[in-house]
This record gives sequence, C-alpha cells and structure tokens, in this order.
Amino acid sequence: MTIKSRPLYADLKIDGTAKRHIIIVDSAGAASVLLLLSSAGPDVTRNVSLIHAGAAPGVPGSTDLAGLDCDIFVATPGTASALFHLDALLAKATMGTRIYVCGTEGLIGQTVALVQRHGVKPMSVRQQHCGSLKRRVQCVHCKGITEDVTARVAPCAHCGVPLFVRDHFSRRLGAFMGVSADAEEPGLLPPVEEAFP
Amino acid sequence: MSRGMPIAVRVGAIDTVADDIKRFTLERPDGGALPLFSPGSHITVEIPVKGQVRRNPYSLMGGLDSERTYQISVLRVANSRGGSHHMHDAVAVGDVLHISEPANLFQQDSLARRHVLIAGGIGITPFLPMIERFSATFAPFELHYAVRSRGRAAYAQDLAGKLDGRLALYIDDEGGALNLPGILSGQPLGTHLYVCGPEGMIQAVQAAARAAGWEDEYVHSERFAAPPVGASFELKLARSAKTVTVAAGETILEAAERSGAEPLYLCRGGACGQCETAVIAHEGAIEHNDHYLTDEEKATNRKIMICVSRLVGRSLTIDI
Repeated sequence: MTIKSRPLYADLKIDGTAKRHIIIVDSAGAASVLLLLSSAGPDVTRNVSLIHAGAAPGVPGSTDLAGLDCDIFVATPGTASALFHLDALLAKATMGTRIYVCGTEGLIGQTVALVQRHGVKPMSVRQQHCGSLKRRVQCVHCKGITEDVTARVAPCAHCGVPLFVRDHFSRRLGAFMGVSADAEEPGLLPPVEEAFP
Repeated sequence: MSRGMPIAVRVGAIDTVADDIKRFTLERPDGGALPLFSPGSHITVEIPVKGQVRRNPYSLMGGLDSERTYQISVLRVANSRGGSHHMHDAVAVGDVLHISEPANLFQQDSLARRHVLIAGGIGITPFLPMIERFSATFAPFELHYAVRSRGRAAYAQDLAGKLDGRLALYIDDEGGALNLPGILSGQPLGTHLYVCGPEGMIQAVQAAARAAGWEDEYVHSERFAAPPVGASFELKLARSAKTVTVAAGETILEAAERSGAEPLYLCRGGACGQCETAVIAHEGAIEHNDHYLTDEEKATNRKIMICVSRLVGRSLTIDI
C-alpha cells in the first residue's frame, strides 16, 4: 500500500553544514527536539530559532523547550500562530539556513507547504513524525480541510460528505485527499475503524 | 544517433565580439522555422576536421522567441582538436553547417526566489538567454562575470547597459577577482546559484557554496569538456564486432560513429551521462575526462563516457 506521494520520515539530525537552523515543533515532537538540542550543545543552539506550536502551562515540554537557550524561542498557542511566526522567520532567512519540523503530520504537511512559498524544496526540509497518526484531510468536493482525522472514513467538517481518506498526499496543501465514501451507493459505507490512532 | 536528424543551417552573419571570440548567427537556408529553445540549451555543431567529423556543443544565445535564427559564440581554443579553429578560420557567411536539435542540461529553477549567476569567460553564453527570460518575468537575479582581460569580456558592454547594478565584472589582469564568500553571504532563502566557466572555477564555486551551508540542489553548473588529444589506440566494438583505431585527435564516440555504429549521446562534453558505456576489457589505463561518473565509478573502470574519455595503452573493448 505504498503510494508515491505518501511522505516518509526519519529521525531529525542537526545538519552540521548549515549556518542557521529553524525548528518548528508541536507538543508531540517536543521530547525529541529536547533530546536533539540538549545533546547538540551551545554551538548549535546559538544559531537556532525554535518555534513551539501549542505551548501552554502544563503541556509536556513547554518549560523545557523554553529553557534550551536557543537564539530565538517563540511559544505559540497553536499551529496557525506557529506557522505565522515561521513565515516571518523565513522571509528574513538566508541561504545556509536549514528547516526542521517535528511532530504530527498536520504540522509537518503545513510546514512543507509554507516553505515552498519561500523557494525551499520539500526535500530540503528535515521531517520527523511523532505522536498520533491523525491526518489533515482535504475534501476534494468542497475543498474544506478537516483536521485530526483518525478514521479511514470520516465526515467532512464542512460539507458533511462521508470521506474515504486516501494515502494520496498533497505537498502544496499539506493534506491527504478525502473522497466521497459512498458515491457508488449512497448510504452504503465501509465500517468506520480507527486507522490513524 | 540520439538527437534526431541534423538540421542544415546557413551562416547568416559572423561577428567578432571579443578577442578570440566570434558570434555565429545561424538560419535555415529556406528561411523556415528552427525549433524553439529554452534558456540554458545548447546545440552540437558538426565540424569537418581532417576527414573526421567533430560535433562540438555550444550554448544557444539570444532570440528566445525567434524561430528564425540561432546564435552561438565560439572561443578559439589553443591546443585543441581543431574544431574551434575551423569555425574561426574556415567558416564564412553563406556556408551551410549541420547542427543538432537543442537540448537543455542547464535549466533554471522556476520556483527560485532569486537567481545568482556566475560566469567565467566564454561561460557567459548560456546566461544571455537566461537574463532575457529573468528580465521578462521580473525574476530577481544578479550576474557575476569574470574574464581574463577586458578584451575577452564578450557582451560586457551590452550587459552593463541592460543590467545596471545587477552586473559585477571582474577583470583578472586588472586585479579583479570574484569574492565568493561575499557573493554567497546574505542571499535570501530560496536563492539558486548557477555557474558556467572553467573547471577550476566551477569547483571553487561549489566548494564555497558548501562552505556557506548551501545544499547541492540549489547549485547548478554546466561545463562542456573539450575532449583532450592523446595517443591513438585500438577500439573493439564487441556488439557490432568491429575494430577501429581511435586517432590521436579523435574521440571514442567519433571513431565508433566512423565505423558505422550509432552510440547514444547528447552533450558530447562529458556532462550529461547519455553516452555511458560498459567497458568489457582494457589493455592500458582509462583516462576519465568526464564530469558525470563519480570518483568511485571511475576507479572501477567498468564504465566510460566515450565522448571525452580515452585510453592510454593498446586496446579497449566496449559494449557497443
């Protein structure tokens, strides 16, 4: 069941050839980035801009990431505001900067989609998946995005059509494709099961 | 042959554009249309030299949207196999030449936020149509052009008028030199770098880019190696069961073509990889002159790029 556009991920490593590092992480990826940066040492962290999506008191990693002594640290309440900060950092970034993303696929997909608008190739972005396999899904019918989809068949949050979630991934949107699950015989749906826990 | 039927073109004009550099304007004898080309494309020109046929690659310039003419610039190369001398000394306006269809091994990244072009000497030629395209599409770019002497600076005056502050000219014998770290530093994320010039310059630019933290995917280069002259040797074509002698000034590819074989090729300059051929046996040392095979591949001597590489020794057997 491999499909060419289905992204593959590896564990993050700091690229020693880069002059500057921009890292965006959500709470699912916090522990990995904490480990990565605390072992990298100050020679690396003084050239790191770190954005934490979904930081909040009591959320695991929030305090620890803030304490890493990165050159720039931005704590944001969620993915949208984190991407807004990333956009601003990218606008001023120079060649020699490497971009890293660590966390759930929704964050990874949207980060890769955003960096491409700054002329960065998707393959240049270091990506590590952590936490839930839940997906960001675009309904091909109404074009609305449904976040946090964990089942293979789930209703579109916008038009209500029951969507079959494919592995087909759009790097432009940072989302998987969802198509009507009962187009052949309306009402006849495959069993709903947790496919992306 | 791998580049379709040769196209017959008439030499419409020959202009001296710098010391030892002539520009040839080519058009169809019947006034018909030539294939359109994209910036960075080159053609090969068939040049008869001493009873053999050279097919030298030249970058196409100017007239992106014109189907009527092609232009190439030819540097007279000292101690070469005679192709450029023939173009300079024997070819006259009105002569008919045969060229290949255009091919592009030096494409630009259309998603780049900025393009930095570095040219050395005659390496300016592929950049002329690129600049035309970038200007037409308002793509940000800058050109760094290094030459040996002011007399060698083909098109520099033209470019200075068009590009204003986007051109930096470096004249070696007047003390000018590329400051690569300076050029590379502070370039915005999403910048692509293009370099065309002598081998040493390309390597210096690639090394400087890596040192500045640029990934290789953002660094593009083109250099066509002129096949070096060497001693003659025996060439056995295993598949077509033929044996020919590769003359001192001839390439393996040319000798194979002379014998009637039709090996695949594209750039004929050791860059594209199209003519990669398996080596079956070699009595002597293979001299790898290409930019395509990795050092590891070259060391195994199991593959050879027959457009530029040759043998120092007695006999070479290849899978053609």
